[in-house]
Amino acid sequence: MSISVLRPGLLTTVQDLGRPGYQQAGIVVGGALDALALRVANLLVGNPETAAGLEITLRGPTLRFETDHLVALTGADLTPTIGGQALPLHRPVWVRAGAELVFGGARAGCRAYLAVSGGLAVPLVLGSRATYLRAALGGLDGRALRAGDQLPAPGPTPAGQQLARQLRAAAAASHWAASTWTPGPALRPTPHPAPSIRALRGPEYGQFSAASQWAFWHEPFGVTAAADRMGYRLQGPALARTVATELLSSAVTFGTVQVPAGGQAIVLLADCQTTGGYPRLAQVITADFAALAQARPGQRLRFQEVTLAEAQALYLAQEQRLHALRRALAVKLFTA
Amino acid sequence: MPAPSATTGPPEAAISATVQLLPLGDAAVLLHFGEGISLATHGAIQAVSAYLARHPFAGLRECVPAFTTLAVYYDPWLVSQAGHSPPYERVAELLRQLLPAALAPTPPAPAEVVEIPVCYGGEFGPDLAVVAQHTGLAPAEVIARHAAPEYLVHMIGFAPGFPYLGGLDEQLATPRRAEPRPVVPAGAVGIAGPQTGIYSLPTPGGWQLIGRTPLRLFNPEAAAPTLLQAGQHLRFVPISAAEFATYSGRPPL
Repeated sequence: MSISVLRPGLLTTVQDLGRPGYQQAGIVVGGALDALALRVANLLVGNPETAAGLEITLRGPTLRFETDHLVALTGADLTPTIGGQALPLHRPVWVRAGAELVFGGARAGCRAYLAVSGGLAVPLVLGSRATYLRAALGGLDGRALRAGDQLPAPGPTPAGQQLARQLRAAAAASHWAASTWTPGPALRPTPHPAPSIRALRGPEYGQFSAASQWAFWHEPFGVTAAADRMGYRLQGPALARTVATELLSSAVTFGTVQVPAGGQAIVLLADCQTTGGYPRLAQVITADFAALAQARPGQRLRFQEVTLAEAQALYLAQEQRLHALRRALAVKLFTA
Repeated sequence: MPAPSATTGPPEAAISATVQLLPLGDAAVLLHFGEGISLATHGAIQAVSAYLARHPFAGLRECVPAFTTLAVYYDPWLVSQAGHSPPYERVAELLRQLLPAALAPTPPAPAEVVEIPVCYGGEFGPDLAVVAQHTGLAPAEVIARHAAPEYLVHMIGFAPGFPYLGGLDEQLATPRRAEPRPVVPAGAVGIAGPQTGIYSLPTPGGWQLIGRTPLRLFNPEAAAPTLLQAGQHLRFVPISAAEFATYSGRPPL
């Protein structure tokens, strides 16, 4: 019931929602950078949101489905095709055994997610299947995919089987068939080439000069080539503190904007360390992690200040939309 | 409220009144216990962290202790399901309410001292001579002074299972290497300024390496994935290369 990796792509890793609960042991949470995209992809194929899928970065892999599968692609538009036909995003897709999924150029965003009904059955490590490259942990032997890998995919969940039967009937002789329905636009955002990322003031915000504070909220920042799953080094106005005291290491997390002595900001992502010693200027809000994760090296982004109350209202609204999708799919997948 | 006494340290009400709460983004509260590294601050952070582990609130994700702070991560959605006030206000209120109880004096736990065998110098401690030269001490004296104290694990960070230790003999303080090594092996014991530590994973690093332990500080297959945790005490025990080999099952170099 496997999926064969014919070509690995630039950086394709098995990810789920990470391994929270071990940060006090110094073990990063990790998991999908655009967790919203993976959660939606999983829901579309009848999986629990925590199931493991693939995170596909900029240049996608070539995959051959060795048996029939029910899959969904979300996140970046990396122009996926099967048999030369463009595959729609944000929909459950039934694929026939032998079908080869190929990616072309990156049309929008940086990271696509492939969910497979029934998930990818790599071993659980500390409660998660997420690949943490730095410690060679989780995923497929703790590393990115290579040509020749076989991804263990045990096959559809009961809800996925139901949907796969319907779509297979609609496919006739085609290699694949997609649903006619898709989630609402808020759950399938199109990555913006110059996103505005909303953020809160960080714990050390007050230590920065007024000019640096102003520049942070008003000047654009470039995402440099030093961008990986741990974070992006940004290029922009030099940001300076008004105090010179060394800081003691303290918690950092996904979305923390920290500023080393050189003054160029770094925004941290899912694989960041659990603690750090640089001043924390700002903290990206959870509702904008998806937009942040879809930024590419070379792109520009801006930061926009919001209040904590606004950030939490946006967080709750996003969870509410996922909750509504879960309920709608439960009806669709089990009764349609 | 018990009277303050010399044996229990500052009264818990005084500590809990000085703890500052501030948001770390929209899903964490950062508790700030004061400036500077101290045993009292460390004890208070450990006490609150342990209290939350025993009495988790609905929506608590996890706590991350550091030198002077405790980050309390929560799920705003789950917190919002349990009450009516905005999630941050609700969590902050819960934390303020539990601080006095969490910081109440408790009988000191028996001090557990973890022994870390270290083969100093030679292949395992390529910078022992650098530290000896910088400090003006003989290599054997560097080893003796490094193995003498009982160290406190202030926090785990930087990498899985990497301990930030307090208690290094001030005379051993040596600056980092000018050029970091591209890869420092797991188990390497090093000095960086006034700090000493143990690399838990092969990583790039600039610490002066004086020895290596055959123990695994991080083992994801184990029930307890890290050898050390914040609040523990440890001591380095010098061993020979032959003893190192018996620990790690490899022949002596």
